[in-house]
Parts: sequence; structure tokens; C-alpha cells
Amino acid sequence: MSTQSSTLPPHPEKATLEGKNKFLGLWFFLGGETALFATLFGTYLGLRNSNAGGPTAEELFSLPLVFVMTIILLVSSMTSVLAVMAMRRRNMKALLGWFIVTVILGLSFIGLEIYEFYHYTLEGHQFTKSAFASAFYTLLGTHGSHVAFGCAWITALVIRNFKRPLDTYNAPKFYLASLYWHFIDVVWVFIFSLVYLLGVIG
Amino acid sequence: MATHTEQLSHRKKSALWDWLTTVDHKKIAILYCLAGLFFFILGGIEAVLIRIQLLYPEFSFVSAQTFNELITMHGTTMIFLAAMPIFLGLMNAVVPLQIGARDVAFPFMNALGLWLFIFGGLLLNMSWFLGGAPDAGWTAYAPLSTDYAGTSGMDYYVLGLQIAGFGTLMGGINFLVTVINMRAPGMSFMRMPMFTWASFITSALILFAFPPLTIGFFLLMFDRFFGSNFFVADAGGNVIVWEHIFWIFGHPEVYILILPAFGILSEVIPTFSRKRLFGYSAMVFATALIAFLGFMVWAHHMFTTGLGPVANSIFAIATMTIAIPTGVKIFNWLFTMWGGQLRFPTANLWAVGFIPSFLIGGMTGIMLSVAPADYQYHDTYFVVAHFHYVIVGGSVFGIFAGLYYWWPRMFSKTLNETLGKWHFWTFFIGFHFTFFPQHFLGLMGMPRRVFTYLSGQNLEAGNFVSTIGAFLMGVGTIIFIVNIIMTQSKKEVAAYDPWDGRTLEWAIPIPTPEYNFAQLPLVKGLDAFWIEKMNGNKVMTPAEPLDDVHMPNGSILPLLMSLSFFVAAFGFIFDVLFVAILGLASFFFCMLLRSVIDDHGYHIHKEELIPVENKGGKA
Repeated sequence: MSTQSSTLPPHPEKATLEGKNKFLGLWFFLGGETALFATLFGTYLGLRNSNAGGPTAEELFSLPLVFVMTIILLVSSMTSVLAVMAMRRRNMKALLGWFIVTVILGLSFIGLEIYEFYHYTLEGHQFTKSAFASAFYTLLGTHGSHVAFGCAWITALVIRNFKRPLDTYNAPKFYLASLYWHFIDVVWVFIFSLVYLLGVIG
Repeated sequence: MATHTEQLSHRKKSALWDWLTTVDHKKIAILYCLAGLFFFILGGIEAVLIRIQLLYPEFSFVSAQTFNELITMHGTTMIFLAAMPIFLGLMNAVVPLQIGARDVAFPFMNALGLWLFIFGGLLLNMSWFLGGAPDAGWTAYAPLSTDYAGTSGMDYYVLGLQIAGFGTLMGGINFLVTVINMRAPGMSFMRMPMFTWASFITSALILFAFPPLTIGFFLLMFDRFFGSNFFVADAGGNVIVWEHIFWIFGHPEVYILILPAFGILSEVIPTFSRKRLFGYSAMVFATALIAFLGFMVWAHHMFTTGLGPVANSIFAIATMTIAIPTGVKIFNWLFTMWGGQLRFPTANLWAVGFIPSFLIGGMTGIMLSVAPADYQYHDTYFVVAHFHYVIVGGSVFGIFAGLYYWWPRMFSKTLNETLGKWHFWTFFIGFHFTFFPQHFLGLMGMPRRVFTYLSGQNLEAGNFVSTIGAFLMGVGTIIFIVNIIMTQSKKEVAAYDPWDGRTLEWAIPIPTPEYNFAQLPLVKGLDAFWIEKMNGNKVMTPAEPLDDVHMPNGSILPLLMSLSFFVAAFGFIFDVLFVAILGLASFFFCMLLRSVIDDHGYHIHKEELIPVENKGGKA
């Protein structure tokens, strides 16, 4: 089953039927995730002005912090692209290295998000405060837990393959993790626009 | 590696372990169908209890609270735990065979979906013994379903269906990928049998309809467990949000329940008419169109919530439009029968009985889609009559047609025809006796979801007849169970190709070998097996030389992962944080195991294939 790096086909991630199935399956999964986040966005947009006397979006959001978070996440998307490009060059070391950088960026994003949430709760914007707060934390929290899951996924992949060559068995797994990572970055772009920018504009 | 015969004897020694760890789509199909039939009987008992309570005016067979629990559990059980799993079972049994595949795309995930459904269903039904069943109706409208109600029943509803829903979503993704990537050589999309088409489109509906439900359940769960305010009006929450989310799932769900039945009819009717399906490409297009429109009409469940005349008109017209592709289908089935050499074994009786029954349900659907008229019908027994005509007269009749038709394929035995006919006629007559009078009860003003009614309002006769009909349906179901037990206890093996079938699932030996096709078949057109038979061949032309077959390994992890969720759910319900964390941690640990342990499967050598293929009972 496992092939040496030198004899790998041009697209090792889609060389086997198993790889093709995983590739298509993940795209469909992301389709379902789109419906999932769309529902959360719909709920948030429906409830975003129902703050029940608590702080409003305009009072809470600080764009500079969110901007830094956005940059971190978009850069992490780029590093995962660099990892896949390393895979195309059969450079396992660079592949693992770029994925480790991706995980570090993901973790720093989560750190900033925890800081942000902690800050908001001090200003009276607790999860149970209002429908707006519930919808905000649920949308952001779902995205954040996706980022955390992505970090765990990529870490598991890196550990498992740390001393193994690239082959048609693990190539699809790396490729899929990177696709998933792009998806959660795209979701963040929507959060940035529909939650933060719209919140500040009012 | 053990030889094939050694594996067979090994399997005999530990049959239970084999079933618990199986990733074989044919065994998963049987487990889906058996669990689904179990829940069908459970939901049927609940239905009979409901009808006994409504036998006489101001009857006190059960209390109002118990009645609320019965109607909630009846609807929930029948839709999520009976109809959908049986369809998923039939898809598992048939779709890989119809497209000439050796397996599904994700055998491990297939098993995970099955066990999630089983544990979700068990969790939901535990509520009867541990604090009271859910009582807010199967739609769980807020605020009836939020903390306002007080009992823990809704906790079981939210978590049980959440777990089962994950399983369904996995099934959906699996079939989408299987159909796209694993068709045999020559099996183009427009040569795929209609049941495969229906399963494919249903899977797409599942993919886009279940995530909104997942979110809806999370929101409800957060409101109930963690004090959020999505549906709490005091803190700015909005209960209409729940209605939108629920019906964005709920309306496509009714097509998830009917499209596979349409697919089954499109297999059964051509087989027993000895004709190809009339208007095949129109059928494909109609199925896709119904699925698409099914997403556009959710608000017709909400005409009376005050969306306004513009929204109501748009949703009313979109709803009426669905009648067009559905009508195309009805006419195509009739034209398929026209001039055919008709036979009426039980499978075809169910298929033909489906047509007028479902048609009545469709016509009352058109009546309900007229928004101003809906203000009169809304929440009356007319609606109850309508959706039972569609779901029982449609989905359940389709399920029975499919079970009688594919039983030889699934269990290698043919169900008894005499008992089958008794089953059909008692159930069919009972069905019309039960639900036809409910149209008139509704028009006379009898509300749904209400546990009794007053005498002297001309509601007695209709309710009495309806309950007698329900008993008759119960008798029919008992006959079916007797039939299953009698058939399975007999040694007689079904004949090869028992119905003179047209599609690929009939081209393999009985019982089905675990690798399905020793050699992948070469498909030369629609009704691939029929083409070969007309060319004088008894078996399919192979598309590849005989070679080793790659098989996936079994695994206990799917069951353990589902069990972990089950444990975690009890942690949430009884508010024991430790148990909840333990369950979730165990789930993620299993996931980690699955990703770090290599699983390359094993091979069955070609020398082992030949004896099995030769004694397979082919003519």
C-alpha cells in the first residue's frame, strides 16, 4: 500500500479511490457546514439588536483587535497552502513545518478570542445577558471550536506522520485538513463582515 | 492472512461480535431495518393509544399530560426512528448493488451513522422511564419546549435527536460520494436505476436540511441547559426563529421521507409490468425539481404566524408548483403499467395501493397551500389527515413495497405471499378507515393535539370509525411480523433473480457474497441486467478480470463512539458535569484512535472467489 516518495504520482492526494472519496466527502461535509453556519448567521442577524438593555454591538466591538485576529487567520490559511505546495514537491519536512506554523497561528487566534470574550463579559455582555449575546457567543463559539478542532486534527496528523514518508495513504489526509482549514477561514471573513463591521456601522 | 473458509468459521464462533463491529453495508442495512421496524412498532403502539383515548368524547383512557407525551413521541419516533432509518436501510441494501459497487465510500462512517441512530433512539425512549417523555409535539415549538415546560422530557428529545441526526447526516454524505465515485464501468448517471437516483437526491436533501436542525437543537439545548435567551422573549429572544429553523429542516424532511418511496415505486412497477419505466429522464428531472422546490416552501407551515400577505403568497405559489413534477411522476407510473404484463405479488400491491392513497394526500396538500384557506384548516384534524395520507399512504406503503421486493436480496428468503396479501388488505383498508374521516373531523372544527372533545358536536362517529381503522392497521402490522418470523424460521432459500428483475442487484448470487461482485459488471444501458437477459446472457458481462478483492476491516469504534455520546447526554440531562465531560472525552479519544491507527483493510484472494461464485445458485 505505502509507496516511496520517489514513485509517487503527481497528485498523491487523489491517486487512490479512497483519496478521491475522502476529497469529495469533505467537500460535501463543507457543504453541510455551510448550511450550519448560514443558520447561525441567520439567527444572529435576526437577534443582533435584541440586547435587552445590555451593551450593544457598537459599544462592544473593537476593530483593531479583530483586525489582528483576521490577519492571523488569513496568514494561517496561506501557511497551509505552503504546506500543500511542499507536498507537491514531495518535501515532507517542509510540509510538516508549515502545518506546525499553521497550528501555532490557529492557537494564537484562539488565545486572542478568549481574551476578547473575557473582556466582553467584564463589560456586562455575558452569554445569558440577552438574545443578542446568546447569538453572538454561539456563532463565534461555533467558529472558535471549529478552529480548535482543526488545530487538534492537524496536530494529530503531524504526530502520526512525523517519521513516515509521504505516501498515497497520508497525502489525502493532509490535503483534507488544509481544505477544512480554508473553510473555517472563509467563515471568519463572513463573521468579520456581518458581525463586526455591521455591528460597528450599526 | 487467514483464508476465506477460516474466516467463515471464525465468524460463526462470534456472530454477536461480528454484528457489533460490522462495516459491511449489507449487514448495516439489516440492522437499520430491524431497529427501524422495532421503532415502527413502538410508534404504532403509541398511535393506537392515542386513538383509544379519542374513541369516545370526554374519554379518560390516558391523562392530558400522557396524551401530549404520546403525540410527541409518536410523531418523533415514526419520522426520525422508523421511516428514515428503514429508508437508509434499504439504501444500504440496494444502492451499492444497483450501481455495481463492491462497497460504500465510507464503510466505517456508515457503521458510525447506524450506531448513532440506535443510541439516539434509545436515549429518546429512555425518557419514558426516567422523568417523563417529551410533551411539546414533534415540532418542539418554543416556548412549550424551553424551560417553561419544566419536565426533563425535552432534554431527551433535544439530545436523542441530535445524536440520531449526526448519524443521518453521515449516511447522506456517504451515499452522495458512493454514487458519484463508485459506479461500475458504463454506469453513467442517466443509466442509474431510479431508486439510486432517489437515494442520491435524498442524500443531498439530508446534507442541507440536517445542519439547520443541528443548530436548532443546539440553540434549544443552550436555552434549556445554559440559560441562553434565543427563545426567551423577556431577554429579546424570538420564538419565530425556532419555527423558521425547524421548518427549514422540517419541510425538506418530508421529501427525505417520500423521495425514496418514489424511487422504490419506480423499481417495483416496471419489474411487475415487464416494461421499462415510462419517461425515465422526466422522472429524474422531476425528482430533482421536487427536491429543489422542497427547500423553497418551508414557510407554508407558518401562514398563520403573521408573515404578511406577500410572504404568504410567495410561499403558497412555490408550494403549489411542487404538484407539477409530482403529477409527472404519478402519470409516468400509470403509463408504465399501461399495456404491461402486470403481475400483483404483494410488493406490487403496495406500489399500486400507493398511487391513489398518495394522490389524495397530494390533493389535500394543494388545498392547504392556499394561504387564506389555510387559516381555516390550520391546526385542525384536516392537517392530520393530510400528512398521514402522505406519510403513511406514501412513505410507509413505499417501505412495505420495498421490503417485500428486496427481502430476498437482503435475507435470502422470500416473504410469504398469502400472509403478505392479508397484511396489505388489512393495513390498506385500516389506513383509509383511520384517516379518511379525519378530513371531515377537521372541516367540522376538531382541533389537532387536543386530548379530548365534547359530545354533541357530531364528532363521535368520525372518531369512532377512525379508531377502528387504527386497530385494523395494528392487525395488519401483526400479520407482517408473523410473516417475518415464519419466513425467517424456514430453511428455504429464495430463488436466483426471484422477480425476473431488471437492475444489477438481481445479477448476483443469493445469498449476496460479502464482496458483492466478484468482477465489476460492464453496464450497457438502463436496466443493465435486463439488457443482458434479452441478449441471452444469464449473468452480467464482466468489466475486469477476476482479481483479489480489497475489503475494509470491521471496527468496534463506531459503537463505542455512539456509546460515548449516549453517556455524555445523560451527564447533561442529570447535570453531572463529570459524566458529560467523560463521555465527550471518550468520543474524541476514539476519534484520535481512528486517525492514528492505520487501517488498510484486507484482501480476499481470487482463488477463494471462484467456489463461492460457482455455487451461488445462478441458473
